[in-house]
Amino acid sequence: MSTVETATGAAQTLVLNMGPQHPSTHGVLRVVLELDGETIVKAVPEIGYLHTGIEKNGEALTYSQAITITDRLDYLAPLSNNLGYCLAVEKLLGLEPPPRAKYIRVLLTELTRIQSHLVWLGTHALDLGAMSVFLYCFREREEILKIFEMVSGQRMMTSYFRIGGLALQPPPGYLERVERFVRMIPERIDEYESLLTKNSIWLGRTQGIGVLAAKDAIAMGVTGPMLRGSGVDYDVRKYFPYSGYDEFDFNVPTRTEGDCYARYLIRVAEMRESIKIVRQAMDKIPSEGPTRAEAPGIVPPQREKMKTEMESLIYHFKIFTEGFSPPPGEVYQAIESPRGELAFFIASDGSPKPYRMKVRAPSFVNLQSLQTLVKGRLLADVVTCIGTTDIILGEVDR
Amino acid sequence: VTDTPDLDQHPIVSKLRAWEPEAIAEALFFRGETTLVVPRERLRRVAQYLASEPDLDFKLLVDITAVDRYPVEPRFELNYHMVSLSRRDRLRVRVRVAGRDPVVDSVTQVWPTANWHERENFDLFGLRFAGHPDLRRILMPEDWEGFPLRKDYPVEGPR
Repeated sequence: MSTVETATGAAQTLVLNMGPQHPSTHGVLRVVLELDGETIVKAVPEIGYLHTGIEKNGEALTYSQAITITDRLDYLAPLSNNLGYCLAVEKLLGLEPPPRAKYIRVLLTELTRIQSHLVWLGTHALDLGAMSVFLYCFREREEILKIFEMVSGQRMMTSYFRIGGLALQPPPGYLERVERFVRMIPERIDEYESLLTKNSIWLGRTQGIGVLAAKDAIAMGVTGPMLRGSGVDYDVRKYFPYSGYDEFDFNVPTRTEGDCYARYLIRVAEMRESIKIVRQAMDKIPSEGPTRAEAPGIVPPQREKMKTEMESLIYHFKIFTEGFSPPPGEVYQAIESPRGELAFFIASDGSPKPYRMKVRAPSFVNLQSLQTLVKGRLLADVVTCIGTTDIILGEVDR
Repeated sequence: VTDTPDLDQHPIVSKLRAWEPEAIAEALFFRGETTLVVPRERLRRVAQYLASEPDLDFKLLVDITAVDRYPVEPRFELNYHMVSLSRRDRLRVRVRVAGRDPVVDSVTQVWPTANWHERENFDLFGLRFAGHPDLRRILMPEDWEGFPLRKDYPVEGPR
């Protein structure tokens, strides 16, 4: 973070400090704007207000303990973070979770994507003055949070995915709940669209605003819905499938306009695609079977075995006191989070704690493009551009 | 981590070696991931080649991250993760940097996205990037002393 920059060049420009306490910066983002009248000459995002040292902390925790801090990165998509981290550690160990766990992970991660996009749509509409969409989106999001609570016991900081599988067997009746949700949500999305998609104020505020060309988007490292809004169909689920995504049939929506309106349409279309994936996952999940891999010394044994078998008791004790030691080496595992390519780079030195845990946060990289998006636009467009960048400061600052 | 004997069979390795025999110091394969260790002074040339050569096309730089191997020297490893969208391929390029003089050429001219990644590594590891347009702290306060992600920096902070 730096001190406020002084205006350079002509005496007419004005430096305006937007944030860190500003409702439309979605947390504690500060943007130093240089204005010529109402036109943006330069916009410099200043971040770090929410830096909590998650990567440093990760080096002080065992592999299993570090799952709990991944929830705190992108707090709107905790299960995506859990998945990315667990897949990275599983790759390091060479461990494969059982099919039941694999498909439940896909089901819950796609619900996370819908949930995250709902919050995005609601808050973004609120930023642009459409109050009612916010209330509708949060009403539907609540249903997903109830599913999370039912399955993991937590609404937000779930930590439900563990290394080698899931924390708990999902409770009976959870699929009926998901079924109710996927039957209800498509027409609700139609409702949001009827409020916004052809709304002339919405169009005026988003069309042609914050245009990002495909070439610039790639040069700036932008991923996720922002990149797809600029016409590049890069989706980690398709390009580098993980957790069985290659067995699912879904489309990757793209638009070529590259403006804020395109990003809005992409996210709405992605919610519909996620519903398709959730439906397929419901069919694929075996009704019976283990939700944890058989890996003594790495995955905690079943409670019953622990009470009857000496070996299991020893493993249980060792896992929770000392942890397990993966082989030395480095892995990079990427997943498609609601915001783009979320990846964990883990360097192991053969000890029970990660030697280095780096989070490749999609918001951090996407936010860098803000300078390009708003240059030469009006002050009010900054709000729209920050909104469609869909940043989560917990992830940006880590 | 193994250095496999059929190293020159690897398409990227053989292509780089054909272009410049000294471009790769070492190639590592682990869990299906390829890591090419590049001499520090050749980094920018190799980066330029990887991004612009049509058969390689690593145009999307996704991440730059350091690992501190203190007290081993050379102390720092810088990992550049990149994606080729046309070939659906990933690659990691690694540069080893000594602790006494932690300077690397900036790759912002090749990949503009490197700007914030390099600032982050400067901020948290104290690595410097020659030719970076705006090298200053990004996450920590400007007047912070020390580099938090170095291994000789305690988790609970300096006392």
